[in-house]
Amino acid sequence: MQKQISILLLFFFCAFNSFAQDTLQEIKVKGNSKSLKKSYSLTANTTVLTSKELLKAACCNLAESFETNPSIDVNFSDALTGTKQIKMLGLTSPYLMITEENIPSVRGASQAYGLSFTPGTWVESIQITKGAGSVVNGFESISGQINTELIKPISDIPFFLNAYGSTDSRFELNTHFNKKISEKWSSSLFVHGNTRVSKNDMNDDGFLDNPLAKQINVLNRWQYTNAEKGWVSFINFRYMNDQKQTGELNFDPDRDKGTTNYWGSEINTERFDVSTKLGYVFPDMPYQSIGFQNAFNSHDQNSYFGLNKYNIKQKSYYSNLIFNSIINNTKHKFSTGLNFTYDKYGEFVNANDYSRIDNSVGAFFEYTYDNTDDFSVVLGGRIDNHNRLGTFATPRLHVRYNPWEKGVLRFSAGRGKRSANVFAENQQLLASSRTFDFLDTNGKIYGLNPEIAWNYGLSFMQGFLLFGKSADVGFDFYRTDFQNQAVVDVMQSPQQVLFYNLIGKSYANSLQVEFNYELAKHFNLRTAYKYYDIQADYLSGTYQRPLQAKHRFFGNLGYETHILDKGKQWKFDYTFNWLGKQQLPNTSTNPVEDRLPELSPSFSVMNIQVTRTFSSTFEIYIGGENIGNYKQDNVILGNENPFGPTFDASIVYGPVFGQMYYAGLRFKIK
Amino acid sequence: MKNIIVVLLLTFVGFTVQAQEVKNKNAKVEFHVSGNCEMCKKRIEKAALSVSGVKSADWHMDCGTLYLIANEQKTDVLTIQKAIAKVGHDTDEVKALKEDYEKLHTCCQYERK
Repeated sequence: MQKQISILLLFFFCAFNSFAQDTLQEIKVKGNSKSLKKSYSLTANTTVLTSKELLKAACCNLAESFETNPSIDVNFSDALTGTKQIKMLGLTSPYLMITEENIPSVRGASQAYGLSFTPGTWVESIQITKGAGSVVNGFESISGQINTELIKPISDIPFFLNAYGSTDSRFELNTHFNKKISEKWSSSLFVHGNTRVSKNDMNDDGFLDNPLAKQINVLNRWQYTNAEKGWVSFINFRYMNDQKQTGELNFDPDRDKGTTNYWGSEINTERFDVSTKLGYVFPDMPYQSIGFQNAFNSHDQNSYFGLNKYNIKQKSYYSNLIFNSIINNTKHKFSTGLNFTYDKYGEFVNANDYSRIDNSVGAFFEYTYDNTDDFSVVLGGRIDNHNRLGTFATPRLHVRYNPWEKGVLRFSAGRGKRSANVFAENQQLLASSRTFDFLDTNGKIYGLNPEIAWNYGLSFMQGFLLFGKSADVGFDFYRTDFQNQAVVDVMQSPQQVLFYNLIGKSYANSLQVEFNYELAKHFNLRTAYKYYDIQADYLSGTYQRPLQAKHRFFGNLGYETHILDKGKQWKFDYTFNWLGKQQLPNTSTNPVEDRLPELSPSFSVMNIQVTRTFSSTFEIYIGGENIGNYKQDNVILGNENPFGPTFDASIVYGPVFGQMYYAGLRFKIK
Repeated sequence: MKNIIVVLLLTFVGFTVQAQEVKNKNAKVEFHVSGNCEMCKKRIEKAALSVSGVKSADWHMDCGTLYLIANEQKTDVLTIQKAIAKVGHDTDEVKALKEDYEKLHTCCQYERK
């Protein structure tokens, strides 16, 4: 025993003496001329969206900030929640690891609406990694990772104001205040409010096209920086209250809630978050650092969808300790550490109580080799113990090779495992007359087994000059193979949704081909074609995943004039999306008028924005979404009889509202 | 108990060795290296890191200064400069051989003093 202790002590001595690195590996992006950064030298297939990119669309919140980027598909907000869901590699957000400053943020109870709880103006940059991610933040990610960095108090400006209004009667106000309290301390206060004040029914089906809404969202962050001693710390406090009401135009919650007078729905969410981050960089060893993150949050959603009641409360605690250093020299780096997660759920679906406690503890080690030139590899592994998922290992691998100049070849592989929160993730289905039936009862999560998938990816990108202007062309191919999946089956019957463990095969193949070109100075073109083959074996046969287009085409044109004195400038942006046919849920047993075809029609959507900068402190923008005015037919099945057997508001494959125009302004004090 | 004594002894020995030589395991070293471009930067840093004991290397293209962190118990400045000269770049103390210099890519052939 004592011998072991002495060996251990010796080991520690050696370790601390010979190893020595940079802190919380933040990718810093500031005022760079490129708004979308793809690296030739990063090991993982990561795209960085800078704050400049985020201004290309009037992104009200995080969910909408991906519209000008081909890697992520933004779905159409459903009539009910008004929230846009995102997909990567054809898989919805539950299969993504979404983090805010490397702390998992959109998970569990917040899965459906979480992205709409972060206002776009708070965001400094977003890093999108396709495929198996890093092991540092956890084991849940399957198809990719999205990390958002918020504006840092130390680099923030004293005052920022953004006001926005649109023809669908949505209004937003963002105000940021910042104060440098001392040389070491600075603080920011972000206040966001949004509201939709009037009822819209452009398709005359008697139902609101988007919900009435009210949100107040306040974030106060503190930053401590002591560069000499190597300390950095962040402390965040956040409060959010979001209220939505939707349903039939005549629905009055006070009068009609819980009755069959009119169909209506309310979704009220209150959240409170506290998070801290502490980083230390060894002053004489800039390549060695320690990071310690802690986050506590409480999420409380009270909602009803017609006569279906759904309440979910989640209290969670997350902790992550990470140590970064090198072996011999900076060609060999490593990160190692521990994570702890605790989630207490109080979940009630009508009269059923699904309350539970989940917790997990895990350790990770990630090794990076970089020959400082044309080759790097990241090999990571973690072991976790979870009270429902058991003890399991999560391996991940990323390799990068530059065969020649401006060419980059990447490969990744990895495993992910997660428990599906089937109600929280599929709550739009509560807005239908479907019954929720679980065919398996032996598993530990709603009777189901954990979802396990392997993801493999290969990508290549080549930059070159075409007629003297820079261009790049690339492709990537990813495959996700599910060993087990919590299948959500809407192919059996329009009156049912079935949940069961995968029997047979389920996979997602995605291919993206991209071409980007600088047509002229300040005039950029981005194009992408995307092919998705996402199949699963359902009880009634093998189908493509419902509400997923097999073919998609994306185009974006951006033009800026030269910046004149005092910062005067015009910016123009145009985005084109074409979506092919989508598999629709099975409605073949409904009466003829409530039947949908097997496949949706293909259609295209166009967005446009013009920004006029008057000076470096004041600008206004106007824009239009869906200016081609495409509207989905028959958004709400059985809308004549919302308490009848064919009612279904969950089948949304295209825009509901039609064309929408907006205007806004941004004002800064520097 | 015996083991604890061994550990203590070991620690003592460790400290005394360090005290005698006063050689820093994370010594900051900087010197001038001639070069021109991004390709030079890669080559210089690669050569520096190839020396056992060099932990990190960062060459600044604008001023030509190479910033190193190195373990003085394992290496010294001259050894590092020799390794860099070998790939064709002149340093403060060690100049590259003519044939090594001429092997450089044309854009890397800096002006020799």
